[in-house]
Order: sequence, then structure tokens, then C-alpha cells
Amino acid sequence: MRKLYQFHGGIHPPSNKSQSTRTAIAQAPLPAKLTIPFHQHAGETAKPVVKIGDHVLKGQMIGLPDGFVSSAVHASASGTIAAIDMQLIAHPSGLPNLCATLIPDGKDEWIELNPVADYRSYSPIEFQQALRMAGVVGLGGAAFPSDVKLAIHKQKIKTLILNGAECEPYITCDDMLMRERAEGIVRGAEMLRFMLDANEVLYGIEDNKPEAISALQQAITASGGVIQPNKRHEVVSIPTIYPGGSAKQLIRVLTGLEVPSGKLPTDISVQCFNVATAYTVHRAIDFGEPLLSRIVTITGNVGHAKNYDVLIGTPINELVALSDALPDTDRYIMGGPMMGIPLPAVQVPVVKATNCVIAASKKLFPPPQPVLPCIRCTRCAEVCPADLQPQDLYWFAQSREFGRAQAFSLFDCIECGACSYVCPSHIPLVQYYRFAKSEIRAREHDKQLSDQARERHEYHELRIEREKQEKADKLKAKEKAAQAAKLSSPPPLTPEQQAEQQKLEASRAHILEVVQSTIEQTDEGAVK
Amino acid sequence: MLFSPFISKPDSVSAIMFKVLLALIPGIALYVWYFGPAILVSIALASITALGTEALMLKLRNRPIAPFLKDYSALLTAWLLALSIPPLAPWWLVVVGTAFAIAIAKHLYGGLGNNLFNPAMVGYAVLIISFPAQMSHWAAPQGLAVADLNFPQQLEYIFLGILPQGLSLDAITMATPLDTLRTHLHLLEPAAQILNMPIYGHLGGQGSEMVAWGFLFGGLYLIASRIISWHIPVAFLGTLFLIAGFFHLADPRFFAPPLLHWYSGAAMLGAFFILTDPVSSPTTNKGRLIFAAGAALLTYVIRVFGGFPDGVAFATLLMNICTPLIVLYTQPPVFGKKSRTYNSEDRP
Repeated sequence: MRKLYQFHGGIHPPSNKSQSTRTAIAQAPLPAKLTIPFHQHAGETAKPVVKIGDHVLKGQMIGLPDGFVSSAVHASASGTIAAIDMQLIAHPSGLPNLCATLIPDGKDEWIELNPVADYRSYSPIEFQQALRMAGVVGLGGAAFPSDVKLAIHKQKIKTLILNGAECEPYITCDDMLMRERAEGIVRGAEMLRFMLDANEVLYGIEDNKPEAISALQQAITASGGVIQPNKRHEVVSIPTIYPGGSAKQLIRVLTGLEVPSGKLPTDISVQCFNVATAYTVHRAIDFGEPLLSRIVTITGNVGHAKNYDVLIGTPINELVALSDALPDTDRYIMGGPMMGIPLPAVQVPVVKATNCVIAASKKLFPPPQPVLPCIRCTRCAEVCPADLQPQDLYWFAQSREFGRAQAFSLFDCIECGACSYVCPSHIPLVQYYRFAKSEIRAREHDKQLSDQARERHEYHELRIEREKQEKADKLKAKEKAAQAAKLSSPPPLTPEQQAEQQKLEASRAHILEVVQSTIEQTDEGAVK
Repeated sequence: MLFSPFISKPDSVSAIMFKVLLALIPGIALYVWYFGPAILVSIALASITALGTEALMLKLRNRPIAPFLKDYSALLTAWLLALSIPPLAPWWLVVVGTAFAIAIAKHLYGGLGNNLFNPAMVGYAVLIISFPAQMSHWAAPQGLAVADLNFPQQLEYIFLGILPQGLSLDAITMATPLDTLRTHLHLLEPAAQILNMPIYGHLGGQGSEMVAWGFLFGGLYLIASRIISWHIPVAFLGTLFLIAGFFHLADPRFFAPPLLHWYSGAAMLGAFFILTDPVSSPTTNKGRLIFAAGAALLTYVIRVFGGFPDGVAFATLLMNICTPLIVLYTQPPVFGKKSRTYNSEDRP
């Protein structure tokens, strides 16, 4: 048995996973309309490359990656682009985003696909480009472009971790995918391992998914030539504890290493991908298929909880209709009950990050009890997987002492919600941390702007000062030149000098006079 | 419920406080068994005063009354204070102490969750400084006093201050085991001889040692049900044992054995119920150890070298002052910021 490590804290909420794992993954029918957002991934929005009225084929790129961290977006079905405009999407802000509306023609005509015969002949750059153009992003929730995760690493990657922990209650899409499509996951994982040149692949799966664990183990055993000799793939059953599926916590459990605060897993020679992402990589390389669909769990207050293979862009209300949402359903949540977001409307489309839709009712998720003051019982600190002191962070956040909140490592909070879950005073702690973080970010942004403005102003002042100085210098130079010119002619006499000169001249005239009169007198005498 | 998480563990402040009250029951039961039912009268008086003062203060502060009255925190303060003062104390002593604890020590600091000091101990400190005589009239264990009062007689004394014909106060009260020890040590009697007096039992005072067992039992329940962590009780009792043991070994004639310090006075009540008040004690585990060790040291010093009958209350208050500082300097390392090596060279 592999030695496993622990992270601090964690909780055991009721898992509620069995409801949606009773039946196999079902194919969701082609909807009448697909709404495909151009921003489904972390990073820059893809640039639309189709026009309204264009006929597109299934798998045709409609959004080109724009920027280093970006990914392509494709038509999930063949049909006509009916609109390219702002539509409501599943985002906590509730703000609309640029989307293409596609009316499928029902023919499901594929674009010509270019499978890669031997990915080992690909260079990492070519491989990354292929993933980028296939729109492959992380399917665990963050939707970070997978090609970028292959590109950036200063350290040599030793361990590739495949995240199949799926620690959030209710969600079973990865579980069902591992049960049913383990072979593809192993193939995709080996491709990622090859491109990272990692020594081993560890599949971290919580021990409440024995079927998935054995399916993957069988797939690895039966994989034959898929896995490069002397490289190891190992399925590791990890204890079920929330948030054991959070990347940093999973890395800790499997390797005993902690990703240093503010660093990436690659800085400690580890890279982490979701199992569903690995499967998508396999489809993109072995079949040339871009990311057009994903598995979505429909569960909660529904008659038939189930996992569906859903085209990206499918309106969520159509999925909900398939599962018979019960009449007392009052809202829908995308994601799990711990970290999910309430949907602004049930018509919003499924996107690459949609792992689960929970129909919620007052009975299922009762309204919160009245909030009481914090009694510093530290139940929150006991469950915090980031070893924070949530009661102190709460205090600083509510009293707007953001500097101290930062000093107490606010930004190491992963917003898993474990603290709120256990709080006996029913304080929405995570909300306070989100508030404090956004305030700090806003202030830093403001500070940046004002810094820029100040710099601009200071430069302006400097320029004016410099111009003044230059003018003054020029003036001085002119004066100097004039003076130099004057110096070359004889200098004028001072009044004293003039007086002296006059005196001298006067005495000289007097002497002359005396001499002349003497000569005249002598002449007269001599004549006489 | 607009934001995640959408689920929460079924727990509440009331449930926590209720369990603490529940954990006090064994100690109280033994108290009644050994000292008579007068303590129940004190507890009832304190409870009524606490709830009344709480409601009044909430009204003055424009806070909702019902949710706070239901949180049981005022009741807990009342019970702890009632258990800290002599059971035969006059009724107004209980009322004044409790009212002060709730109004001044709790609500003037901002109410639940904001008090810097343990309210019950503030109430106790006010009483022992203002009314030292009344605070020293401890009931003797039943059977040890010259005369035992029956319940109606106890009520008559508490509310009217009237004793049965022919009885003086000295007939029904007695110095506490800690007081007795101090007085006789001052007379240079050897400790071993003092502890042979009938007021002492096997470990502490006759009767009071059994009450201490009750609190120990209740405290273990609190640890088992994760209401409190082990850090404060273990560090408090451990440090008290070590210091008392050190002095006892150094000079057994003048220093009582460590178990006497455990089983007399408010040591057990303090270790599990008073020092563990979450609001006024540190929130870090390391901080809790330092806090409780400091409280044990102060308790011992006050008991042995100071002038008050017991040291737990003042030790608690003094350590409460240190709590914010202790918390600041005992922050545990954050995930990814530990001094642990991040070197990955030792891996395959």
C-alpha cells in the first residue's frame, strides 16, 4: 500500500451520490437551440470567427483562441448561426456574456476530423497546439486551458496526478465517466504523462467510489502497449473527506508535499489534471474531436437523478425536464452544494465547466438559520484545509481591516465552505472572505490606477520643470555670449579715471603754456 | 440562501451551551448530595437574574431578545457564578454578582462573543472584593458541621438571614479546605498533620472532592463530545500538578501534595468549564496550552502565597487579558507556508 498523507481539517457532509449513479450515462437529446458562450474557460474570450447566418458543421471552430491563456470554442452540432450577442450565462456575477446561438439542422454533419495516428511523434508544442485548437480545458470546474498547463513548468515534472476524487456531495459525473470510459481516461492520462515526461501517474479517487477504482485498475492492467514501459500508472484509493478533491489538498494526500503559498504545483514537480480532462484529451488526439460535450449530473429535487452526456450549449431547463424536477423546486445550482453557484435562470446553457446541476428546494437546502455573533469556538479553524484561522479572518473582514486579513493569509483561502458548513452561529463566513478579497483586489486596482496617474502627473511636472530649466539655460547662455562680445572692446573709464585724465591733461597744458611764454620772453630780449 | 455553501451541519450555539449546562449536572448533583439543596436555590436565583438582566440589556441595546435568550449563554454564566460562591450566601449576593456579570462584563463589552473577560469570574471578583465576609461563609459538608440545616431553614437563612434559635453562623459554616490549610500552615503545623483533619477527604476536602469528581466527569464528556478541546484542561491540571508536585517534593512540610490542589477549590470547575470559555480564551491550540499553563501557575501562586481563598478566578481574569497577545504569537503555520521542505528530490 502506498503511504498516504493527511491535510488539516476537512468535513464529512452527507454525500448524496447514490441517487445519480443507479443508471448508466444517458445521451441527452439534441436541443432545438444551442447557446455557446465564447468565454467558457479561464483567460481571454475566444474571438468569434463566424457570422450570423453562417452554416456550420459539427465540430467547426466558431471561436478562435485569443491570447496565451485562451481556448477554442466549437459548434456542438451542425446548423445555422442565428445570433451572436450577449446572453445570460452561468456566472456568479449574473452578467450576460458574448454567445453564439446555433439552431441545429438535426443532420449532425461532422467537420472533417484529423485524428493523430501517433502522438509520440508530436512535439510538446504541436500537442499543445492541438489541444488549444480542440478547446480542451480543465473539466473539474476551473476550466483552465489544458495546453497552458502542459506548457508552463520550470521544474521537471515527476508525478502526474489525475484527479478523480470528486469530493463534493451530489456530483457523480467523474465517477460515472471512470466507471464507463476508464480506457479512454488511461489513454489520455498516458498522453499527458508523455508530454510532461513525468515518471508516474497517480489516480486519486475517494474510497466511496469502489466501482470507479476497479474500472480504472482494470483499464490499466488491460492497457497493453498504451503505457510506455517502465512508467507507472497507479490508482490510489484516498479517504473520503471534503475538500480532498481540491488540487492542493489532493497533492498533499498523495505525495506529502504542499504547494507553497502563491506557487503552482509544477513548482514542486507535480501536475494535476481532472480525469474527465484526460478523457477529452484522448478524444481530441485519437479521434480529432474537439470538446463538444461533457458529462453532467442532474440531481437533487428531481424524480430521476442521472448523468447525461450533454452537448455544450444545451439549455439547462431541457436537461432538468428530462429528470422530472419536482414541483417544489425553487432554484437551480450549478456545481455542488458546497461551492456551486445559483443559476441566474434555468435557461442558461451548459458550458465546459458545468459538472452538475442540482434542483434545489426549501426542504433539500433549508433557508439559513438566523446569524448569531461569533463565539470563537474555532470549529471553523478545526476544519479549515488551508490551516487558516477563519474566526480571525471573519473578524477582520467584518471590521474592514483588510490589511490584517491579508497578513492572516486571506488569499490562501480556497473558499471550500467547510468553515461555513460547521459554524454553530450560522455565519456565512465564505461570503465575508469573498467580500474582503474583492475589496482588496478593487483597492489594489484603484491603487494601481492612482499610481499610474501619479506617475503620469509626476512625469508631466518633471517635463515642465525640464522645459523651464532648458529655457533658463538658453537665456543664460545668451547673456553669457553677449558679455563675452563686450569684453573684447576696451572697457569704458570710471569717473575717477576720467577726472585723473583731465587733471593730467590740464597739468600738461599748463606746462606747455609756461614753456611757450618763457621762449617768447627770451626771443623778445634777444631781438631787442 | 443566495451563495454557497447551501448546506450546513445541524449545530447551534444553543446546542453547545446546552451541552455545557448538561455537563455541569453531575457536579451539581454531588454538590446537593454532600452540601444540601441550598446550591439549587443559588442556581435558580442566578438563572432568573441572568435571564432578566440579559433581556433588559438586549432591550436597551435594541437587539432582538428571543434568539439571544435562547442561546443559553446567560444561563451558563449564572450557573458558573452560583457554583463559585458559597451556597448559603444571602440572596442579594447572588443577584448582585449575576447582574454585574451579565450587564457589565458581558453586555457593556458588546454582548455574546465580545466579552474580553469571563463574565462569571468578573462577577465573582466583584463579590469577593466587595463582600469578603459573606463570600467566606461556606457551608460545611453535611455531617461535619455542628448542626445541619434542613431545606426550609436554609431558605430562611438565604432570603431572611435568620438562623434557627440557638445556632450561630459558625455552627453551620466552615473554612474551606484551602483556607484551613493556609491558616494552619501559618501556625507552622506540618501539612501532613493538617490534612488529617476531618475536613479533608482522600484527595481534597470532604465532600468537595466528590463534587470535583463530578466536574471532572462532566468535563471528560465535553472533550468526548468535542465541545471543548483537551488542551486547556490538560495544560491547566498538568501544570498545576507539576508546580504543586515540585514544591511538595522540595518541602513536604509546608506544601500540600498536588492532588489536593486538583481536588479542592475551583480547580476542576476552572479546568473544564471556566478557562475553556471560547470567547475569552485563545483560539489557537498552542495558545490554549500557554494560557492554561499560565492560569495554573497564577492559581498556585495566589493559593499558596496570596491572600485570597482560591486563585482560579483571578488567574482566569489575568490570563484573559493576555489572550489577544497569546493568539497573535501562536498563529499556526498556514498550508503551503510551513517550514517543511518543499524539496522534491527525495521522490522517485
